[in-house]
Amino acid sequence: MSALDTTAGAARRPFQGRRTRLGDLLLQGTAGLAAAGAVVLVGLIAWKLVEGAKLSLSTFGLGFLSTVAWDPNPAHAKFGAAIFLYGTVVTSLGALVLATPLAIGIALFLSELAPRAIRAPVTALVETLAAIPSVVIGLWGIIVLAPVLADDVEPRLHSVLGFIPLFGPPGVGENLFAAIVVLTMMILPIVSSISRELFLGVPVELKEAALGLGTTRWEMVRGVVLPYARGGVAAAMILGLGRAVGEAVAVALVVGSGFGIDVNLFNPGNTIGATLANNYQGASSGLELSSLVYLALILLVFSLLVNVIAQLIVRRISRRQGVAAR
Amino acid sequence: MSSVDLSALQRPNDRLRRRRVVNRSMELLAWLTAAIAVAFLGVIVWSVARRGAGAVDLDLFTKPQVPYAPAGVEQGLANAFAGSLVIVGIAAAMALPFGILVAIYVNEFAPRAIRSGVSLVLDVLNGIPAIVVGFFVYGLIVVGHGQSGLAASFALAVLMLPLVARSTIEVLALVPASLREASLGLGVPRWRTTLAIVLPQTVGGIVTGTTLAVARIAGETAPLLVTSSLVTNGTSWNPLHALQTVPVAIFELTESYEPADHARAWAAALVLLLFVLFTSFAARWAATRSRRKLARTGR
Amino acid sequence: MPSTIEAAVRVQTKRQPLPPRERLEQIFDVRGLTATYGSKPALKDVSMEVYKNLVTAIIGPSGCGKSTYIRCLNRMNDLVPGFRQEGTIRYHGQDIAAKDVDPVAVRRTIGMVFQRPNPFPKSIYDNVAWGLKVLGMKDDLDDRVERALTQAALWDEVKDRLKASGLSLSGGQQQRLCIARAIAVQPDVILMDEPASALDPIATQAIEQLMHELKSEYSFVIVTHNMQQAARVADMTAFFSISRGGEGERWGELIEYDSTERIFTAPSDQRTEDYVTGRFG
Repeated sequence: MSALDTTAGAARRPFQGRRTRLGDLLLQGTAGLAAAGAVVLVGLIAWKLVEGAKLSLSTFGLGFLSTVAWDPNPAHAKFGAAIFLYGTVVTSLGALVLATPLAIGIALFLSELAPRAIRAPVTALVETLAAIPSVVIGLWGIIVLAPVLADDVEPRLHSVLGFIPLFGPPGVGENLFAAIVVLTMMILPIVSSISRELFLGVPVELKEAALGLGTTRWEMVRGVVLPYARGGVAAAMILGLGRAVGEAVAVALVVGSGFGIDVNLFNPGNTIGATLANNYQGASSGLELSSLVYLALILLVFSLLVNVIAQLIVRRISRRQGVAAR
Repeated sequence: MSSVDLSALQRPNDRLRRRRVVNRSMELLAWLTAAIAVAFLGVIVWSVARRGAGAVDLDLFTKPQVPYAPAGVEQGLANAFAGSLVIVGIAAAMALPFGILVAIYVNEFAPRAIRSGVSLVLDVLNGIPAIVVGFFVYGLIVVGHGQSGLAASFALAVLMLPLVARSTIEVLALVPASLREASLGLGVPRWRTTLAIVLPQTVGGIVTGTTLAVARIAGETAPLLVTSSLVTNGTSWNPLHALQTVPVAIFELTESYEPADHARAWAAALVLLLFVLFTSFAARWAATRSRRKLARTGR
Repeated sequence: MPSTIEAAVRVQTKRQPLPPRERLEQIFDVRGLTATYGSKPALKDVSMEVYKNLVTAIIGPSGCGKSTYIRCLNRMNDLVPGFRQEGTIRYHGQDIAAKDVDPVAVRRTIGMVFQRPNPFPKSIYDNVAWGLKVLGMKDDLDDRVERALTQAALWDEVKDRLKASGLSLSGGQQQRLCIARAIAVQPDVILMDEPASALDPIATQAIEQLMHELKSEYSFVIVTHNMQQAARVADMTAFFSISRGGEGERWGELIEYDSTERIFTAPSDQRTEDYVTGRFG
């Protein structure tokens, strides 16, 4: 082995030390450079986006966020994020509202209720859902899902819940509602797998203490497991929200590219991600391109926020559990 | 003084019966949610399989796209498959050494404060939406030099980096300290210990991590739309120009109105889905097997 | 014969003489209990009775199935995958080991305190009140909580900080909180699996004192690896030991069950005498 060479060689060649120290420096330097590069990369991303958005930033300023317009016509070019912000908020929150109870149910199923034999396979199946490329989900969404929603689901929802403006008269199928369904499917695996880990981490003694009192399994889950995992599930929800907000391609294919703010979920709408995916190729002017980059910048800020908040929650949980473990 | 209350055991009172009903209903609800999730997966896979299988033929892989062609002209997606191969390959070649180096620094050299800082940065990078990364590379490269396969590869490499780095960090951490100490104790310098002793232990984990990352980005469309979507006709393997890719092809074909285009979209989706699923499963299966082997040998 | 045990037993018998077995009221009648985890046997053919308002101790070397046995008494072993049992466990005449008996109902009357204190991450008040609320004993909640904490000799120490987290208490206090939690739902029997093994001597003494005081209201079955403790608190003592089989199998068996005084001063079985005199185990 080369180590023996080195040891024996060191005795014979007193300057060997300097060469090996050079090797150490080289490796540490290169690796450190790579790590620094990763850090610089984040800053670079932010900087490049700000640079690309500068034209739009200087033209519209923060009013961009509340402007309801996207008019590329050079005579009266006006761009604003409001339409897409509305669509993003509605679709992401809608997906979160639908996905969270499903995810918690699945997580409880896989951690408490399922027969041991099917736990591993079903867990793998749920995680496979996350592996499906978003463009495939978009393809399925627009060709298979949207017609079903438009023909069956939306008319039924409208007839039952039509008094709520959200469930107005149904349209063609490519709308905010389809986007919500698609996003729900996409964020379900994240929220459920994090929740599942959390539920599995609840100490057995606490569960036994509750069951020992004569409570049913559900009462034990409600009284011990869910409160214990509460913070982590919140972090999981936030990460799911971040995923939903950042999704571009699947939403682009099913959301309908509407150009207005409409309360009716069954009318076409638009989100930030969808616009970025759809409009890049047709962007005509520098101002339009810059406005698109402005939108990307908004997404970046949001994703950074989501990450920071989720990290803070996770850190607070591990601190509290460190105390409890005393 | 508690009285002996056997009634609960012999004849459950109303309250206990109600609690049992609630418990059972919740159990059924949980089963239902699991069924829904599996159904989601099943419906999509079934749709893609059913609609795509019929349209997959040899032409798909051998003939390039011919835009605006009249019906009857033979075409396929050869250019897309070629482009995807080139772009994903270059992306992996970019991300792999970078990710390994970052992982080596974090696990072998970094003081604790920097370690958590870089980990945080990796998590942040992981959370940046793919479309945003696309627009970043647009500003960095496309603005000055136009679209190219290299720009697309770079965007995908940025997406791969946190995945490769994180999985490498995990396997590096699994290498026992005693192994490093044994080597250092013999007088082997740090760099040689890391490269010749520690790193070879992690090859399996790195391969798994990279394979999973490749599976992830092979289906990424968003950054490609911005960096490599304005393509010329014919099949090209030159990354200096914009290349057609499978996800972008699916995206464009989906938005078209021709049913023949849709058929080809399903076919491509089937191939892509099979690739992604197969590589994910293979990587995870290999990981479980090596983990079991490690546990058995007690290392 | 170690003098400490002798002295302890003498103190015990001085406190209360035990009536003859025929006059004691039976609460548990275990017949032929055999328990296995998967393919590994844990207990074979255990038969014994447990009597009302007494402290019954289960002693024996580690691995003899004491914990398994006590967890059979309130169906806690149902939670372990691969667990199977045969035989009957009659509680006031009804076989609680039968498949059609709901373990939820069983655990309501047969409560348990565990080896390591495991209070819920809730307030002290809620630790006691949660079980009451879920089980439908919500009336006079404050009174019930106070009574349980008083019986567990914890009320004076916590009455001013009921809202504080249960985890902020010391180990001994946490265990008394767990006892209060178990007592609050008014069980008949309290099972204790080495309740003081994680506690310091002073906390241990407090727990033993509690058992003595609460005996009049509840029946106790405790597992302990500490013989002196058994001699101090128990009225009846059951000695389990490890038996070995052909292919290296090991399982637990009940060797002798009698009044504590008899077990420690004049055991019938040689193995019992070997254990209590410290010759093995």
